[in-house]
Amino acid sequence: MTPSDAHLRYVLRLADTTLVLGHRLSEWSAHAPTMEEDIALSNISLDLIGQARTLYAHAAALEGKGRSEDDLAFLREQDEFLNLQIVERPNKDFAVTMARQLAYSTFAELAWGQLKGSKDEVIAGVAAKAEKECTYHVRHAAEWVIRLGDGTPESHSRMQAGLDDIWMYTGEMFETDAVDTAMIAAGIGFDPKALQPAWLAAMEHVIAEATLTKPTAGWMQTGGRNGLHTEHLGHLLAQMQVLQRAHPGAQW
Amino acid sequence: MTEKMWPLYEVFLRPRNGLSHKHVGSLHASDDEMALQNARDLYTRRGEASSIWVVPSKAIIASAPSEREALLEPSTEERKPYRHPTFYEIPDEVGHM
Repeated sequence: MTPSDAHLRYVLRLADTTLVLGHRLSEWSAHAPTMEEDIALSNISLDLIGQARTLYAHAAALEGKGRSEDDLAFLREQDEFLNLQIVERPNKDFAVTMARQLAYSTFAELAWGQLKGSKDEVIAGVAAKAEKECTYHVRHAAEWVIRLGDGTPESHSRMQAGLDDIWMYTGEMFETDAVDTAMIAAGIGFDPKALQPAWLAAMEHVIAEATLTKPTAGWMQTGGRNGLHTEHLGHLLAQMQVLQRAHPGAQW
Repeated sequence: MTEKMWPLYEVFLRPRNGLSHKHVGSLHASDDEMALQNARDLYTRRGEASSIWVVPSKAIIASAPSEREALLEPSTEERKPYRHPTFYEIPDEVGHM
C-alpha cells in the first residue's frame, strides 16, 4: 500500500463511520419517543452527515479519479465501506441507540481532539468542528444512559441490555493496523490505543452513575474498517442509496 | 401520553445581540437537564441564543385574564396619560429614540 492509498483509506474510514451513524440516527426521525427527542436525534444526525460531507469531498480529491462526494457515499458497495461496525448496528430499543451513542461519541470526542492537530488540514478543520459537536453528543447520550439506568426497574434492565448489546463492537475503535501506523508516522492520524484508558474511564463514570454494570470484556468483533460488515450494513445502504441508484445523478 | 407524564417547561433565550432573556416557547421534559438540552435542540438551531433559561411552567405565577381590568387597566394611556411621555417635543438633534 502506497502512502497515498493509506491516506485515502484513512479519510474514507472517518467519512464512512460518520455517514453510517448519521444515517442510522436519521431513522429515528418521526419514530423517537417524544417530539423533542426526535429533533435532538435529527440534529445529531445532521452534525454527523455534515462531518461526512467534508471528508468525502476530501477523499474524492485525494483519489483524483473524478468521483464526487455523492459517488463515494451512494455508489459504493457494502464491502467498500470502511466504517466501524458499531455505527451500523441497528437502532433497536432506544436504550440500545443511547448505549451506542455514548460509546461512539465518547470515543469520537477524544479522537477529534487528537485530529485537530493533524497535518492534513481538511481533517484538522473537520476535527475542530466535530469535537465540539461530539461534546454535546456525549452529554446528550450520557444523560439518557443515567436517566434510564437509574430510572425504573424496566428502564434499568433495558439500558443494561443496550450496553451489553453494543459492548463487543467497542474493541474495534482502538485497533491499529498498517493504515493507522502510516498515518500516525505522517502526523496525519492519531493513535487510538492511547485513547483507550480515557475512554474507559469516561464510560465507567457514566455506567457507575447510571447504577449499571460494565459488561465484561470478552470477544470483540472486528473487520469493519477493512470492509467486513455485519448483516445490517447492506440493508442500511439499500435504503440510503436507492435514490442515487434508481435515478443516477439525481439532485434536489 | 407524554403530556400527562412529563412536566412542561418555559424556554427563555438571551439573543446574541440582546440584553435580557425573552420567552420563546415551551417544551416537555422529564427533568431539568433534559429541558435544557431540548431547549437547545428546539430553539437554538440557527444560532439564536447566547444563553438559555428553562423554568418549570408551574413555577410561573401568572395574572388571571379576569383580573386584567383591576390589575392593568389603570395604567393604560387612556387612564393615566401623564405617565406616557408623549407631550414632549423631541429636538431633531436627538435623533431616533
